[in-house]
Amino acid sequence: MITETLLTWIARAISGASVRWVESQPDTCQRVYFANHTSHLDPILVWASLPAHVRQVTRPVAAKDYWSRGPLRRKLTQVFNALLIDRTEIKVHQSPVDLMLREIGRTQSLILFPEGGRSSGETVGEFKSGLYYLSKKRPDLELIPVYINNMNRILPRGEFLPVPLLSSLTFGPPMWLEANEPKTDFLQRARAAVLRLRDA
Amino acid sequence: MLQNWGLAAAALCLLALATVAGQWLRKHDSAALDRRTVDAFNARVQAWWFFSLLMACGFFSPALTIALFGLLSFWALREFVTLTPTRIGDHRALFWVFFFFTPMQFVLVATDDYGLFSVLIPVYAFLFIAARSALSGDYDRFLERIAKVQCGLMLCVYCLSFAPALLNLRCLGAEQDAARARLLFFFVTIVLFADLLQWVWSAFYRQHPIAESIDANRSWEGVALGSACAGVLGAALVWATPFHHWYQAAAMSILISLTAAAGSMTMAAVKRDRGEQVSGIFVEGHGGVLSRIDAICFAAPVFYHVTRYFFGSPTS
Repeated sequence: MITETLLTWIARAISGASVRWVESQPDTCQRVYFANHTSHLDPILVWASLPAHVRQVTRPVAAKDYWSRGPLRRKLTQVFNALLIDRTEIKVHQSPVDLMLREIGRTQSLILFPEGGRSSGETVGEFKSGLYYLSKKRPDLELIPVYINNMNRILPRGEFLPVPLLSSLTFGPPMWLEANEPKTDFLQRARAAVLRLRDA
Repeated sequence: MLQNWGLAAAALCLLALATVAGQWLRKHDSAALDRRTVDAFNARVQAWWFFSLLMACGFFSPALTIALFGLLSFWALREFVTLTPTRIGDHRALFWVFFFFTPMQFVLVATDDYGLFSVLIPVYAFLFIAARSALSGDYDRFLERIAKVQCGLMLCVYCLSFAPALLNLRCLGAEQDAARARLLFFFVTIVLFADLLQWVWSAFYRQHPIAESIDANRSWEGVALGSACAGVLGAALVWATPFHHWYQAAAMSILISLTAAAGSMTMAAVKRDRGEQVSGIFVEGHGGVLSRIDAICFAAPVFYHVTRYFFGSPTS
């Protein structure tokens, strides 16, 4: 509990993040937060910007190959209650979507980065299909778009030391998968929802 | 001792007066002053309170005041670089700027190493930033990028560090620590008083704006009248300063007031260049640390060096 609070404050201090909720409110109902991805700090940052009671039921999804290296990162994933996904070995009977749904049950929420990897930060890349299959199996989950601004300058790809600039996080209005909505349309719509928050 | 309390009492009176005026304006809506103007006035008064408390620390622990100024500098630089579009190629240079040059400058100020802290940033950091960005191999808009980082470091760290450096400035007639703490207190009080009064007078007389596109709320009349008021206040506070005659204190105060106006105008131009909406995303509510220290940034190095030149003791 103390490490959690401490790390939350450290994450907020490094990122200098100002958090805005646009047409949206923090809530403990089951949600999937999906954001653009530009730095390794992103999962921690989104998680740390949620209010404490929402944080307790929310789990960031992170890449196993990065976050299981070294004792410090492993400890961090425990504190943040992260859900590690193996990006290299995706099998049919062990698909990440099934694993996520099993882990969250009927109470927890997820933080996802549907681009699949980090981008340079100038644009938002095309979304991978995970978000679609997730909502197809659980259409009741609220999907909340999140736009992370400036993290690409705080800890860019390939750098290991952060520069303490200010960043901002914008949470947008919830959306759902429409009935019979095609995969590509839905993914386009989700990506547009994130991009719209950039100018909000 | 009496002088310390006298200066504190004078500052407290001015602050109380400004606060009461601000609160009265907030309660009584008048047609001439809209809500935003009154809020801006109150934000300035709040910053003044904050700085006065910071200065009060100078009487008890100079090191603490220097450290707090260091944190302020760090935060201002953070805002400045956030508003500045740097590229990934500058990342390593920025890391050194934030975690080496900024703390180092204030450590040198605290140890009173004038020979080093007056050249650390203009010489070593200046060259280092250019070289480090060149080593990263990104030449796109190179000169523009390094100039922005250098400018941010100069304004937010180097210039601001001369304010706490006053705590170590040896003047004739200001040999004790308390006298130097009073000099800093005097300086900051004059800066903030001048800034506030220029702004108030500009609100009344706005026939000749200096540069309407940059700061619509600052007119030549306002700067002149504000500086005159600062001169009067400076002359009235001469007993608290190392200056020998009232006209010297008045001239110094007018100099402070004019450089403070230049600082506010410059920082307003920087913010205009990057667009208000950008700073609005990252710095919520208040105008940010950057807009509160702009006047001090410009006035501090000028005041420091003029005082050193005319009143410094020969040994230092």
